[in-house]
Amino acid sequence: MNSAVPFELPASALAMKADAIPVIEVRSAEKIFPNGTRALAPLDLTVQPGEFVTLLGPSGCGKSTLLKLIANLSEPSDGRLRWWRGDFTGVGQAGKRLAFVFQDATLMPWAKVLTNVRLPLDLAGVPKAEAEARSMAALQRVGLETFAKSYPRQLSGGMKMRVSIARALVTEPDLLLMDEPFGALDEFTRNKLDADLLELWWERKLTSIFVTHSIYEAVYLSTRVVVMAARPGRIYREFIIDEPQPRGEAFRNSTRFAELCRELSGILADASLAGAPA
Amino acid sequence: MIARKEIAMRIVAPLLVGLLVLAGWEAFCRAGNIPAYLFPAPSAIAQTFAKDAPTLLKALMMTLKVTFQAFFFAIVIGTLMAFVFVQSKAVELSLFPYAVLLQVTPIVAIAPLIIILVKHTQIALVICATVVALFPIVSNTTIGLRSVDPSLAAYYRMNKASRLQTLLRLRIPSALPFFLAGLRISSGLALIGAVVAEFVAGTGGRSAGLAYEILQAGFQLDIPRMFAALLLITITGVVLFGLMVGLTKLALGHWHDSEIEGEA
Repeated sequence: MNSAVPFELPASALAMKADAIPVIEVRSAEKIFPNGTRALAPLDLTVQPGEFVTLLGPSGCGKSTLLKLIANLSEPSDGRLRWWRGDFTGVGQAGKRLAFVFQDATLMPWAKVLTNVRLPLDLAGVPKAEAEARSMAALQRVGLETFAKSYPRQLSGGMKMRVSIARALVTEPDLLLMDEPFGALDEFTRNKLDADLLELWWERKLTSIFVTHSIYEAVYLSTRVVVMAARPGRIYREFIIDEPQPRGEAFRNSTRFAELCRELSGILADASLAGAPA
Repeated sequence: MIARKEIAMRIVAPLLVGLLVLAGWEAFCRAGNIPAYLFPAPSAIAQTFAKDAPTLLKALMMTLKVTFQAFFFAIVIGTLMAFVFVQSKAVELSLFPYAVLLQVTPIVAIAPLIIILVKHTQIALVICATVVALFPIVSNTTIGLRSVDPSLAAYYRMNKASRLQTLLRLRIPSALPFFLAGLRISSGLALIGAVVAEFVAGTGGRSAGLAYEILQAGFQLDIPRMFAALLLITITGVVLFGLMVGLTKLALGHWHDSEIEGEA
């Protein structure tokens, strides 16, 4: 998708920040791995404040690679990225905070849940008392305040992911990046966490970029789905989901939801079949 | 209740075996009328121990001193080396072969050299024992400092953590289980190193520690005394091992898989 081609933003997102600066701008970013694999063909992506963008695609389409570029966990081989119209050195300042949730909970097994949640604040040198209070609040937000003094091994997979999300929220991020965070969980737990996540997003209008290979998850969560294709990884199509917010169980059970899933599934099938572009 | 029963079993069963062996040993010596200078009965060893306790305990103190000093230096030097190795691959590649060299050279072969070169017996002994005890700590701690969860490392980088923060909060805790496993091996090796060095020094006529007592008792054909000294070395080894197990439990008990027993 070229940035020159305007795409329609969902009304909700547009209404919020009409003239706000984009959170993320990816411009002709390309990623070639040292072994010569072309993980991403040059691509463009713009994410506006308040959007919930899902990167969806078959495995090997470079969705995680793209997310890592956005998180600055790796650098593009060519092209460039901008964060709030600036480079990455500005990220972390007030109004430009970024948080990342990994596929695994990635907690420190030797540290109690509260210490794990507090980590980003401790690293940033936030005073202890304040860090403690904010971490408790974040734990409360994910419903795990009674487990503050437990060790990660005493928690279930879903609870660990909640801790991981609390750790992401504790910094009051302005952009939340998630790399298939619920991929390893059972469907019931995943649906529950998706619902909680959507509520969080709605509450804070927290700009989010979410990688998944689940069509249902993409439809349920996103305001915009970016469908990607493989070999080389590229953006195949964008798909706006302009359904009223906040979405709840009712939406998941609606015929509209089923329709959207079917439609997206078709696009995804085309993307999977699509060969390398001419 | 079951847990308590298991603990009782753990203590009672080996104790029972020990007592049976001792009783059999005693009975064998008495029935066969075997003289104490060939193969002493436990009672004879106990008598000798009671009689020679002051000398033996003094010797034990010397051996312990060497062991603990060597263990201490092995920990300090070994950990420092590991930290240096982790900081730079070039340093590790150029120095690690020499650490291996030290490890594979039998201490018995280099001990005479060290004892001749170093005038002060105590220092010479500590050097020998340190050389033996060093390697497990270097290699284990190096592996430990490297085995950081890559995602956690990425998380630290993303949060712009300083090198020191990453070291203190991530690398050291990650390395702890490996380091402690190294300690467990190294503590035993420090004792072995000390005793071997004492033997070598003792052969050269320089008096030192329990090994020297064993040598002397051998010359005098005082076999019960040899056994008594040997027993002290064994007990020291067991106590050291127990201490390390306790330390590991204390440090890792609440989180590391190796210390968590069937809960699931």
